[in-house]
Amino acid sequence: MINMDKIVIEDFYLRYSDGTESLKNINLNIQSNQITALFGPAGGGKSTLLRSINRLNDLADVTGLYGRILLNGVNILGPETDVNNLRRMVGMVFSRPVPLPLSIYENITYGLRVGGERRRSRLDTAVERSLHQAALWDEVHNRLHVSAYELSGGQQQRLCLARSLALQPEVILLDEPTSALDPVSTAKIEASLEELKTDYTIVIVPHNTQQTSRVSDFAAFFLQGELIEFARGEIMFTNPKDERTQDYIEGRFG
Amino acid sequence: MVRKTLDRRIDNLQNEVILLGSMVENAILGAVDTLKHRDVKTARKLYHEDVTINDKRFAIENAILIILATQQPLAHYLRLLAAMLEIIIELERMGDYAKGIAKVVMKLGDVDIPVPIVPISRMADLGVSMLHRALGAFFEENVNLATLIPVEDDEVDDLYNAIYRELVESMIANPETIDNANLLMWVAHNLERTADRVTNICERTVFIATGELFEIDSSDDEEMD
Repeated sequence: MINMDKIVIEDFYLRYSDGTESLKNINLNIQSNQITALFGPAGGGKSTLLRSINRLNDLADVTGLYGRILLNGVNILGPETDVNNLRRMVGMVFSRPVPLPLSIYENITYGLRVGGERRRSRLDTAVERSLHQAALWDEVHNRLHVSAYELSGGQQQRLCLARSLALQPEVILLDEPTSALDPVSTAKIEASLEELKTDYTIVIVPHNTQQTSRVSDFAAFFLQGELIEFARGEIMFTNPKDERTQDYIEGRFG
Repeated sequence: MVRKTLDRRIDNLQNEVILLGSMVENAILGAVDTLKHRDVKTARKLYHEDVTINDKRFAIENAILIILATQQPLAHYLRLLAAMLEIIIELERMGDYAKGIAKVVMKLGDVDIPVPIVPISRMADLGVSMLHRALGAFFEENVNLATLIPVEDDEVDDLYNAIYRELVESMIANPETIDNANLLMWVAHNLERTADRVTNICERTVFIATGELFEIDSSDDEEMD
């Protein structure tokens, strides 16, 4: 494979209907099978960019959108893109766990059944595989038909991760996935991401700078809608080039 | 709680420190051997190989800095990483001492001068033995062993004093040998400093295990009272 870039963001610009320029002139390459973190102070545009990658922004009040986002070399912003298929290929985990009011098993199979899968053996396999990948199997394998609401917050979040994984995406987006969780659950999810990157491309908006430093293979610093700096994680946190990046990482603002 | 990635990275780094120690042990013994055989060619080779010790020291330091920046290590891991930063400096200096000995061998060339090689070899063997066991104590966090090793420095100091006296007498008797005798004094000095630095490594091992930083007494201190 010559091209290592899973996602290429080119000259991306986004403006909301109230005139807020959320993102300006973003150029960013996301490498396959790596964890890329989008970090920076609130209002920087990181979540907006994340939601653009699977076109969840279609549901928001956006009036200006320019540039391209290429997934596997194909621009997903064009009108010919099958958005439902895109959202299967690019899964998302949100900051609060959002389990469906169903059993653990049914939470995971829901998306597959909507897509037409009926075969019990396929569904069972998908459930076991995704729960293993989300590091939740050991804790729930003997009670798959129990309601998802009986799980702890950390377990529910891993269930949401498993739900995305069941559709066998290529990319996983995570928007502050551990902000509602305790430190042990946070560590389990971070460890899962380390394992998952072997098979998936991961883009995460971390909960804080320390999480960013722990999980990033690559890190992108956003400030007021602009991409200020992009570097390998170990360089970003030992020797950032831009003074604004340095000030933020050192805790001088934000 | 499992932090497998962090555990593995720190284990690897400890191994790298031991490896750096081995490189230094070999450099010291190798350099003294070139003095014994007055082997200028090998001495020159060892002199240039010191750069590999420096490179490895910087690589370990860089790796430690990255872990400190990205993994927020605390408590025991923080002490361990901080101690390793100090230990690799001690090892790199010892590498410089070995390089210094090789340089002396090159400078002496084939000049006809008596070399007190027996006590010099004995100093080197003792120092390297102390270093080897001190690194073992570091790896195992063996506080008992770490506090016992510095006592052996006394024998190294005695040997240094004996060599010093012998060389001074020789300089007085044959003033034309002063320059070369001075070079040999440097060899003994470098080996004496090597053993001193082993004590610093032992102090860091105690710090890792207990969190306490103190100088381990040696009889050097008592002489000054």
